[in-house]
Amino acid sequence: MSVERATLRLAGLSGADHEKVPWVNHLVTAVRGQVGLEHGVVLPVWDALRRGEAETLGMLAQKSASGSIRFEVPEGRAATTAARAGRTAVARGIRTIDRQRAVRDRLIRRHGDPRQRPWIYLIVATGDIMEDIPQAQAAAREGADIIAVIRSTGQSLLDYVPEGATREGFAGTYATQENFRLMRAALDETSRELGRYIRLTNYASGLCMPEIATLAGLERLDMMLNDSMYGILFRDINPIRTFVDQRFSRQIHARAGIIINTGEDNYLTTADAVEAAHTVTVSQLLNEYFAKEAGLEDWQLGLGHAFEINPDLPDSFRLELAHALLARQLFPDAPLKWMPPTKHMTGDVFRGYLLDGFFNLAGAMTGQGILLVGMMTEAVVTPFLSDRDLALQNVRYVLSAAGGLTEDFHPPRDGFIQTRARAVLDDAVRLLETIADDTRGRGSAYPQPLLAAIADGTFGLMRRPPTAGKGLEGVCRKAPGYVNPAIDLLESGPAGVTSSRTTQGRSAR
Amino acid sequence: MSDLVRPYGDTTGDGMVQVSFTLPLPHDKRAEGAALQLAKKMGMDPALLVHAKAMGPDFTFFVVYGSVTHLVDLREVTVVEREYPLLTAKEVNAAVKRRLRRKLVVVGACIGTDAHTVGIDAILNIKGFAGEKGLEYYREIRVVNLGAQVLVPDLVERARAERADAVLVSQVVTQKDAHVHNTTAMSAAFREAYPAGQVPLLVVGGPRFEEGSASALGVDRIFGRGTTPGEVASYLVDALITRREAGSRADRRSA
Repeated sequence: MSVERATLRLAGLSGADHEKVPWVNHLVTAVRGQVGLEHGVVLPVWDALRRGEAETLGMLAQKSASGSIRFEVPEGRAATTAARAGRTAVARGIRTIDRQRAVRDRLIRRHGDPRQRPWIYLIVATGDIMEDIPQAQAAAREGADIIAVIRSTGQSLLDYVPEGATREGFAGTYATQENFRLMRAALDETSRELGRYIRLTNYASGLCMPEIATLAGLERLDMMLNDSMYGILFRDINPIRTFVDQRFSRQIHARAGIIINTGEDNYLTTADAVEAAHTVTVSQLLNEYFAKEAGLEDWQLGLGHAFEINPDLPDSFRLELAHALLARQLFPDAPLKWMPPTKHMTGDVFRGYLLDGFFNLAGAMTGQGILLVGMMTEAVVTPFLSDRDLALQNVRYVLSAAGGLTEDFHPPRDGFIQTRARAVLDDAVRLLETIADDTRGRGSAYPQPLLAAIADGTFGLMRRPPTAGKGLEGVCRKAPGYVNPAIDLLESGPAGVTSSRTTQGRSAR
Repeated sequence: MSDLVRPYGDTTGDGMVQVSFTLPLPHDKRAEGAALQLAKKMGMDPALLVHAKAMGPDFTFFVVYGSVTHLVDLREVTVVEREYPLLTAKEVNAAVKRRLRRKLVVVGACIGTDAHTVGIDAILNIKGFAGEKGLEYYREIRVVNLGAQVLVPDLVERARAERADAVLVSQVVTQKDAHVHNTTAMSAAFREAYPAGQVPLLVVGGPRFEEGSASALGVDRIFGRGTTPGEVASYLVDALITRREAGSRADRRSA
C-alpha cells in the first residue's frame, strides 16, 4: 500500500486535505475500494485521467476523496496507454532524485568530506523543526559531520506521512517533506560556512517506509535509518509488508545515493550483549543481503552495531573490541555505524563520560565508519547544550590521540579477541544454518524459511507470524497484470547517473 | 547523628558541592561574574569558579565549587517507604499457591506512543533485571506481555479476556507529560469497563513518574527507576492477597 503511495509521490502527487490526510492516501484508498490494489494504482489512475475523469493527478485525488471518480482496471490498448502515461509521470520523480544525487556530488566536491574517519554523527530532537535547525547548525559548527533528526515516537505506526513544517512532536520531530527540505537547506548554508558537507539523516522505517525513502530522495537526505527486519521485530509490523516496503525503500536509496544505517543496536538493548552478539552478525549479514539485492553498493551500507556489554563484566572492553573488529573484518568496504552505550548508562554522568570515552576508543581502534556520539546524560534528560559540547570534546580527544591506532591494532590470532570473534562468527553461522534448514513452512502459503524463523521467535525471542502484525491490511498479492513503473525504472538501473560516489566513498575511508 | 547535615567534601561540615551549568552569554569577564553571582544566589559562599569555556559564540559553560550555606534538616524529610514486605520468588509462589489457590495473572504493556519496552521487559521477561529473574520466571504467576504501543482499549479488552489480577504499564520515554496523560486515560478506561471494586490492580512504572502521585493518576501503585521484579512481585502478593485477606476478615468482623 505504501509502495503504491510512494509511486504516486514520485509522479508528483503531494499535499493533504484540510484534515491533513495526504492526497496519496485518498487516491490509493479510493482505487483500492473500487478495483483493488492487485494491479497497482498506476493502471486505474492513469486510465481515469485518460478518460478525462479529472484534468490533473491532483484534481483526480481530490475528486476521488469525495467518491466522484469511477476507477477501472484497463485492458489491452487502454492498459498500454495508461501504463505509458504513468511511467512518464513517475520518471519525472526519478529524474528529480537523480538530479538531487548530482547536486550532492557537486556539493561534496565543492565543500569536501569530513577530514577524519569515523564521521561524527549527532542527534537533534526537539519536536519543533524551527528549534531543530539552529541546534543542528550549532552541532555542525562544533564538529558534527552528520545530523540525525530523530522522529516523533509513534510516527512509525502512522499509516500516512504528515504534511508541512511541524512544531509539535514527542521525543522527536515528525518526518515530513517540508521538514526535510527546511533542514537540508539550513545544513547547505552551514556546509558553505564550514567548508565541509554536512550530511542529513532521517528514518525510513515503519508503515510509510517507502514514502519516507522517496521523500528523502526528492529532498536530498544523505543517510536513512533502514533496517530489513526492525519493524517486524520491534514494532510488530507485518513481516510481508516490511519485506516488500524495505525492498522498494532500498531501491530508492540505491538510486538516490543514500547511505543506509541498519538497527542492530536494538538486539543488544533488548537482550544481553554478550549472549546475543551473534544475532548482530546474523542481522548484519541479512541486511547486507537484502541491501545488495535491492541494488545498494558496499559504500552505502552503514551496518550497525553497538557498545552495550555490561561494564561490570570482566574483560568487557576486550569483548567489545572483538565484536567491533569482527564486524569491521566481515564488511571491509562498508562504513559501519558504531553506536554508543545506552543500556548501562545509569545516570552517573561521570561514569557515563568514561564509558563513552572507551566507546570512542573502541571505534577509533577498529576503524568504524560512522560514530554516533554518546551522551553522558543518556537516560537522564535530552542532552543539554553543554552535554553535546563535552561529548564532542571526548570524541575529538580520542580521535586525535588514538585515531591512528587502527594501524597498530592487530590482536594475535589465538589471543582473547580473535578467539572471541571466531566464536561469535561460529554462532552466527550456526543460527543462519538453523534458519535455512527450517522446513516447517514448506508447503504452506509462506514456505520461506526466514519467515518461519521470524514466526517462531528466532530473533530477539519475538514471534511474528506472516499472517499477523500491524499494517497487514495494506498487503495484497500482485495480479499477473500488476504494473508499477517506479519499480521497473528502479530495477533497470541508474541510466545516466555517474558512479562517482563509489570511488569517492572508497577514497574517504 | 544530628538532625542537621551539610554536604561533605573532604572535611565534616565543609558544605562543599560542585555544580555545572551554561549561561547564554559570550565568554568574557562579565560572564564569569554572572556565573559567580548565580552560585552565590544558589547558596554557595564562597564560590570558586574552576572552569569556564565558550561553547560557540553565544554560550559559556561553567564548573563551580563552593560551600553551601544551607543546612538540611532530616526531621523535615519525607519519603515514601516500602509499605510491603520483600519476599523471595519461593515465598511469592507459596503465597499465591496456598492463599490465592490459582495462578496470579499479570497483563503488561507499554501504552501510548512509547515503544521502549525496556522497563516492562525488565520486570516481566525471564531475563529480568539487576540479577533478579522477571515475573515470567515465577511458577505461580501467569504473564501476558503485550509489548509496545498498545492501545488502551486493546489493553482493557485483553485484561478482561485474561481475567487479569493486575495490569502493569510502563512509560519510559515521554515528553510534555505524555506519561501522565496516558496513565490517567488508562485508569479511566479501566474504571469505565469494570464494575466498581472489580478493577484489576493498576500498576505503572517509569523513571518520570512522581512518587506519591498514584491516587492523582487513578492507579494503585507507582514504581520508579531501579525497581526490580522481586519488588513488584512482593507488592502484588501484598496488595492482592495479604491486604485483601485482611480486608475480608475486617468485613466479616464488622458484619
